[in-house]
Amino acid sequence: MKEEKLIFEISRTGRRAINLPVCEVPEIPMVDIIPPDLLRAKPAELPEVAEVDAVRHFTRLSTMNFGVDSGFYPLGSCTMKYNPKVNEDMSKLPGFTKVHPYQNDETVQGCLELLYRTGAMLSEITGMESMTFQPAAGAHGEMTGLMIMKAWHRHNIDNKRHRIIVPDSAHGTNPASAAMLGFEIIKIKSDEHGGVDINELRNAMNDEVAGLMLTNPNTLGLFDGNICLISDIVHDSGGLLYYDGANLNAVMGITRPGDMGFDIIHLNLHKTFSSPHGGGGPGSGPVGVTGRLAPFLPAPVIVEKEGRYFLDHDRPLSIGRVKSFYGNFSVIVRAYAYMTSLGAEGLRRVSESAVLNANYLMAKLAGIFELPYKRTCMHEFVLSAQKQKDIGVSALDIAKRLLDFGIHPPTIYFPLNVSEAMMIEPTETESRETLDEFIRVMTLIAAEAVSEPNLLHDAPHDTPVRRLDEVSAARSPILRWSPERTP
Amino acid sequence: MADYIPNTRLQQQEMLDAIGFKSVDELFADLPGDLVLKQLLNIPGPLSEMELERHMRLMAAGNTNTENHVCFLGAGAYDHYIPSAVGQIVGREEFYTAYTPYQPEISQGTLQAIFEYQTMICELTGLDCSNASLYDGATALAEAAIMACRSTGRSRVVISRAVHPEYRSVLNTYADFAGFRISEMGYDTISGRTGLNAAQTMAAQDVAAFIVQSPSFFGVIEQVGELAEIAHKNGSMLIMSCDPISLGILKTPGESGADIAVGEGQSLGSNLAFGGPYLGFIAVKKELMRKMPGRIVGQTADISGKRAFVLTLQAREQHIRREKATSNICSNQSLIALTAAVYLTILGKQGLQETAESCLQKSHYAYTELVKTGLFKPCFIGYGASDLQVPFFKEFSVKSAIPVDKLNKQLLQSGFIGGLGLQQYFPELENAWLIAVTEKRSRSEIDRFVAEAAKAAGSFVSAESAGRAL
Repeated sequence: MKEEKLIFEISRTGRRAINLPVCEVPEIPMVDIIPPDLLRAKPAELPEVAEVDAVRHFTRLSTMNFGVDSGFYPLGSCTMKYNPKVNEDMSKLPGFTKVHPYQNDETVQGCLELLYRTGAMLSEITGMESMTFQPAAGAHGEMTGLMIMKAWHRHNIDNKRHRIIVPDSAHGTNPASAAMLGFEIIKIKSDEHGGVDINELRNAMNDEVAGLMLTNPNTLGLFDGNICLISDIVHDSGGLLYYDGANLNAVMGITRPGDMGFDIIHLNLHKTFSSPHGGGGPGSGPVGVTGRLAPFLPAPVIVEKEGRYFLDHDRPLSIGRVKSFYGNFSVIVRAYAYMTSLGAEGLRRVSESAVLNANYLMAKLAGIFELPYKRTCMHEFVLSAQKQKDIGVSALDIAKRLLDFGIHPPTIYFPLNVSEAMMIEPTETESRETLDEFIRVMTLIAAEAVSEPNLLHDAPHDTPVRRLDEVSAARSPILRWSPERTP
Repeated sequence: MADYIPNTRLQQQEMLDAIGFKSVDELFADLPGDLVLKQLLNIPGPLSEMELERHMRLMAAGNTNTENHVCFLGAGAYDHYIPSAVGQIVGREEFYTAYTPYQPEISQGTLQAIFEYQTMICELTGLDCSNASLYDGATALAEAAIMACRSTGRSRVVISRAVHPEYRSVLNTYADFAGFRISEMGYDTISGRTGLNAAQTMAAQDVAAFIVQSPSFFGVIEQVGELAEIAHKNGSMLIMSCDPISLGILKTPGESGADIAVGEGQSLGSNLAFGGPYLGFIAVKKELMRKMPGRIVGQTADISGKRAFVLTLQAREQHIRREKATSNICSNQSLIALTAAVYLTILGKQGLQETAESCLQKSHYAYTELVKTGLFKPCFIGYGASDLQVPFFKEFSVKSAIPVDKLNKQLLQSGFIGGLGLQQYFPELENAWLIAVTEKRSRSEIDRFVAEAAKAAGSFVSAESAGRAL
C-alpha cells in the first residue's frame, strides 16, 4: 500500500473546504475590540485543502485500520464484540445530540430518564444500589471507585488504611489508579488454580488495608470460587471489595458482583454493553456502589419523583465531581439501546454464548499451544506460547503473523503471571465458522513456527506497513509534523 | 428481539457436544451454587429494532434541543456549526469500531490521524507537544495540575476563581484524594479579570502552578502574560485553560508564556450531546514531554523504511509501569480527537480564523444590543477612558434587571435557550447572565433574542414597579 501523505503535505495555500456565511452584523474593526497585544502573531498553520482532499485523505487512512467490522478481534480482556448499528443511529437522534448539558431539568427529561433507567438496569445486573455515569472510561471509574473507598474510611475516622491489595494478574490500570490516589500497592500472587491465594490474602490483610481490587472472572478467564471467603476475609478486617467490571461479559444474568460481596464496581460500557471502542475511546466507566456507599457517589445524582427526573446536587458526603457534566452521554445511549434490545433473557444468553465460544476455542487450541490452567474457562482464556518460544518463535511473532490472515491478534504478554501469554476472548458475536477459521489459522501458524520460523519473525507481510522501529520512536521522539521535515 | 449472536441453538449444542459438555449450565460449574441467580433479571425488553426505535424517539422527544430552539447557552459547551464531512468521515466503521492502536501495522489510520491532531493542537496552542487526548477539559486541567506538582516537587496549585466552576470542583476532588492542595485567587470585581495582586500575594515556595482560564468563565480575556511572569518568578508553572476556537485569533498559550495548555475540545466538531463525549486536550513545552499523561503518537519507520506512526513513550504508561505510571489513563477520547482533526482540516487555516472572527463580531453585536435596551448592564468593565469594555471573545456576562431563571423561562417559550445564571456559582453576581454567541447565530436570531429578552425583562420590571406603586 502506498504511503499516505500527511494532511499538511497536501495543503495548498488559499485552498479551502468550507465558506462561512457573510457576517450580517455591523463589523467593528478588530483593534477597537481586542487590544493588539492579545492577538496571536500569525495564524495557526492548519491545512488548506478542498473538501474532496480531506475526504479522500481520511478515507484512505481509514482503510489502513482494522475494526470489529473488518474481522475477528479476539483481544482478551477488551470484549471486542460487534457494535450494533441501530445503537449508533439512536445515539445520533437530534433529541439526544443537540441538547446542552446546562439546559433546565424540565427541558431534558428524556436525557435524565435515559440515565436514570440505565442506572437502574446496570444496578440490577450487578447487584448494586446506585450508579454514577461521570467516569469517562474504565480507569477513570477505578479512580472514582477508590476515591469512594477512601471517603468511606475517612468518614469512619479510620485513617490508617493507606494500602490497596491487587493480585498479580490484575490490569495495569488497577495499581496505576490506586497509586494516583497515594495508596501503597500490595501485590499478591495467584494460587495454583489461578485464583487469589487465600493464605497470601490473609497475611496481607490488616487494619492498614483499605480494600482489595479484583476481577471475577479474573484475567485468566477463571471464576474464583473462593469469592465469598475472600469477601469475608476483606470485610472482617474492615476493608472494602472493589470489582473491576472488565470481565462482566461472562456473568450477566448468571451471577452478580453484589451477591459475591463486592462493595464498589466499575463497568466498561464499551466492552460488555457493545458501544464501539472508537480506536481508543470514548468509552464510559460507570461506577456502582452498595447502599451504605451511595452517599459518597459523585454529585449530582439523578433522582426520580412522581415520573419527573431531577439532578440532585445536595449530597454532603459526595466525593465531589470527577468530570464536567454527567459523563459520556452518547455512549450511555448506546448501552441503553443494547440492554433494551436484549432484555433479561437476551443478556443471559450473551454471557452463556460468550462462555461457550471461549470454551470451544480453548478445547480446540489446547493441544497446539500450552494451556497453563486446565479448567473450564469463562468468557476468555490464556494460552502460553512457551513451547513455541523454546524453538525461537515468540507470542509476538504469532500475533504479527495473525495479521497476515486478517485476524486481530489476542492480547499478548498479559496477564503477567503467564509466560508468553496469549489471552483470547472471542465474544458471543462470533459464529462457529469464524471460530473454526481461527482454529485453522492458529494450527497453521503453529506448524509454520516449526517449519518456517522466519515467516513468523518477519511477519506481518501483507499489512499497510511492516513491523515498526519502536525503539527509535521513543529515543528521539517526533510527535508532530513540521514543514522542514516535508520531503 | 436481536441478541447479535450468530450461532443457532442447534449449532451451540453441536459445539457443546464437540467439547464434551452436555449443557451450557455445566460451563458454569465453578460458580458456587448459592451465587447462581435462580430467576431472570428484572430488565425491560426485549424490543425488536422497530420497537426500540419508536421507544427511543419518544424519549428523545422529551428534550428541548438546539434544532428546534435557538441556543445562547455556553459556559463550557458550545453550539458551533459542524460541517457535514466531519460526521461522514468519523462515521466510518474502520475508525469507530477499532481498538486502541496497539497493533500499529493495522492501525495506521488512527495513528496517523492522531499524529495530525497532535500537530494541530501544537499549532493552535503555540506549544511543543500534545498527547492523543484526555477525557474532557476539566480532567485535563486536573491532570495538568498533577503533572506540575510532580515536575516541580511542590504540592499546591493556585487557581483563579474565574475558572469554570466545574473544572475547579473536579480539580478539588482530584486534589483531595491525590494529596495536593488548592488555593483560590480572586478576580477583580470591576474588570472580572484575575487580579494580578491576588496572584502576587499567593506566590509561595510550595506553589507548583498557577491556573488561569482565558477567556475566563465570565468570557473575559485574561492577562495571561502578566500571570505567567508572576508564576515563573516564583518558580511555578503557568497552566492555561483555553477555548480552541478562540485560538483562531487570540494570543496563544505559548506566546503568553504558559508551560501547559489544556482545554475542552467539544467546540471542534462535536455535538453538545448533553455533556459528552467531549475532548480534553493538553499541550506542553518540550521539557515536559516525558511527564505528559496518556497516549502519545510518534513518527517512525517500518523495517522497509516506510514512514509510519506508533504509540510511543509508553514507558510512562500504566500497562508498562503499573503503579509507577505518570497517569492511570488507558482508553481516552480517540474518536473525538479524530473528530477535532477532521473539523480543523475542513475549516482550515482561513476557516478557523474566520469562525473566530465571526464569534467575536456576533457576540459583540449581541452585547451592544442587549446593553442598549437599558435592561441589561455590563457585569464587568475595563479601566481607562477608551477601554470601557473589558475584552471578551464569544461569551460575555450582563446583569439582568430580573432574576435569570424567570428570564430564561420566558425566552424558552419564545424558542430560545437562554444563557447561564452565574449567581448559582458566584453568589456575589446577582442576576448575572452569561451569554454565548457562536458563528452559528444569524443576525435575525440575535435581534429576536434581544427583543424577547427586553420584553421579558421589561414586562417584569413594569409589573414590579406597578406593584410597588400600589
